[in-house]
Amino acid sequence: MAKEAKFCPGCGHPIVLRFLHMILREKELESKAVLGLDIGCSLLAWDFLPVNTFQTHHGRVTSTMVGYKRAQPNSLSFAYTGDGGAYAIGMQSLMWAAIRNEPITVIVVNNSNYAMTGGQQAPTSFKGQITDTSPSGCGDEPVFGPELVRQVNKKAFIARTAVNDPKQVKEYLEKAIEAQQNGNFAMVEFLSYCPLNWKTVGIETNNYLNDNLKMLFPVGEF
Amino acid sequence: MSEKQRQFLTGAEVVVQACLDAGATQMYGYPITPGTEVLTGWINQVDKLEDKMYLQTEDEIAAGFAICGAVMGGKKAFTATAGPGTTLMQDAMSMADGMRLPFVAIIIQRGGPSSGTVIYSQQEVNLAIHGGNGEGMRLVYSPSNLEEMYELTRLTFNNAWKYRFPSVLLSDGFLMKTRQPVELNFEIENVEPTALVSPEVQKNIRNIYSFEEELRLELENQEKDFNKMAEEVTKSESYKVEDCDELIIAHGIVAGAVKEAIEELESQGKKVGLFRPITLSPFPKDELNKLAKQVKRLFVVESSMGQLRDLVKQNLDSKISIEIDGLYRPAVGIESEEIIKAINK
Ligand SMILES: Cc1ncc(C[n+]2csc(CCOP(=O)(O)OP(=O)(O)O)c2C)c(N)n1
Ligand code: SF4
Repeated sequence: MAKEAKFCPGCGHPIVLRFLHMILREKELESKAVLGLDIGCSLLAWDFLPVNTFQTHHGRVTSTMVGYKRAQPNSLSFAYTGDGGAYAIGMQSLMWAAIRNEPITVIVVNNSNYAMTGGQQAPTSFKGQITDTSPSGCGDEPVFGPELVRQVNKKAFIARTAVNDPKQVKEYLEKAIEAQQNGNFAMVEFLSYCPLNWKTVGIETNNYLNDNLKMLFPVGEF
Repeated sequence: MSEKQRQFLTGAEVVVQACLDAGATQMYGYPITPGTEVLTGWINQVDKLEDKMYLQTEDEIAAGFAICGAVMGGKKAFTATAGPGTTLMQDAMSMADGMRLPFVAIIIQRGGPSSGTVIYSQQEVNLAIHGGNGEGMRLVYSPSNLEEMYELTRLTFNNAWKYRFPSVLLSDGFLMKTRQPVELNFEIENVEPTALVSPEVQKNIRNIYSFEEELRLELENQEKDFNKMAEEVTKSESYKVEDCDELIIAHGIVAGAVKEAIEELESQGKKVGLFRPITLSPFPKDELNKLAKQVKRLFVVESSMGQLRDLVKQNLDSKISIEIDGLYRPAVGIESEEIIKAINK
């Protein structure tokens, strides 16, 4: 079973990971699964699940899993990344994996900041969001990842949900796995808690997710 | 194929042949002169084959990381690149450094810095060895002719998979385009690839450490393994070194011109030898020091401002005090006449 979390208490990452593991176990896919981790708080998952897991570099997990999947076509390859890894430094490779319809599943954890490095502005930071690198408020519109990736791939499974909607989290993860099994690219973005950098406690964290992220980023399939 | 066969091939064709014969099955790359011909040559050979593939990626960074993934999945994967491509490849090669991945890169040097010139250079020595953010524990071969290029390409794959350090075949655009009659040595046994991550065994692999001491220990082990590999793979050539007074040090294609120069100098009554590192990393330190003790002067000849000279200096025994001169011609070819002139000056 899953190990003790290295994540901060109340973090959204372990919610996504536990659901992923639950599904893999239910479907008896644990041994086929390979979890590649981007660098960000994702890296904390390196020994979290009893499935093959390795860390990669920041922004490079998608390309690494493209290669892994091409080497082991029968594997279930997951690229697990933060929004910075996916939509800033790794955007080019994410788009190209989608364009080529690489049969991998990309899991993007969107907490609207660069969490691992201490809360800087991310591609998903919303206009006006105060971060260490946007002290007067973020001046840019956020990146809508799933909507963007949909433009370059009509076959892929592409969706967004939030970690406080367990039913949908499970449903989309299952669909993203099926898509890969059918030979298609899949990407699910999870709106996720980061109490440490949001500076929230208890219910405030859930409120922050509902009042900010969920108001801005539509959930659903694209 | 068991016996040697005479063929008429370019350097790029030799490399592609060697990659195929080495059992490589996947190539990931991005076109860049003068590495492109290895990419196109590979594609022409494998396009219709079921068990081999290629992917032209969106950039060298993606190519490099796809190789990291593919080798973890147990495939002999490689790339060919040059110049700015070699620079971009470093991020993935650093991951391979850290995780001991059998990453194979064919690096075809071109003139730098920046996009520079597209044909010839010996300026990617530092990048090939030390381009990552670490200690530069990589295997780097520098062939000086096409037959050797074939053999060393085969060894690059074999030793990458045997010792699991990123491994580089370092050449240049001129040698790639050279067409020569060659007799290739097919009698090299391949080291079989194995998956680092597979359904049979569960592994949780990291490249980030929580404590400095953990990383230090990891590097200490890597260094031990690297030194052990060095004992087994380090290679050099010594040419006319018996009782020579001066020792020229050169690698790769430049060594050919040096040999011509040595013949001519010999007829002028000068005793000059050549020391040619075939592995630039690990460097053939013992052979260098043995020869350095017996000569009056070391003379480095290279198409760079001193990247080979710096390797020589790093590896020279601190007890040996000897004059080091050289002919440094960054990014241009070197003819034997220039070498003779420089030695006689
Ligand atoms: C090439 C490179 N640049 C910068 C970093 C530093 N860095 C580590 S994690 C990170 C951002 C992580 O943010 P995100 O991808 O959104 O993941 P999160 O931590 O929020 O889960 C950065 C910039 C790095 N490791 N590598
Ligand atoms: S910093 Fe944020 S994302 Fe990272 S572990 Fe803590 S709560 Fe989770």
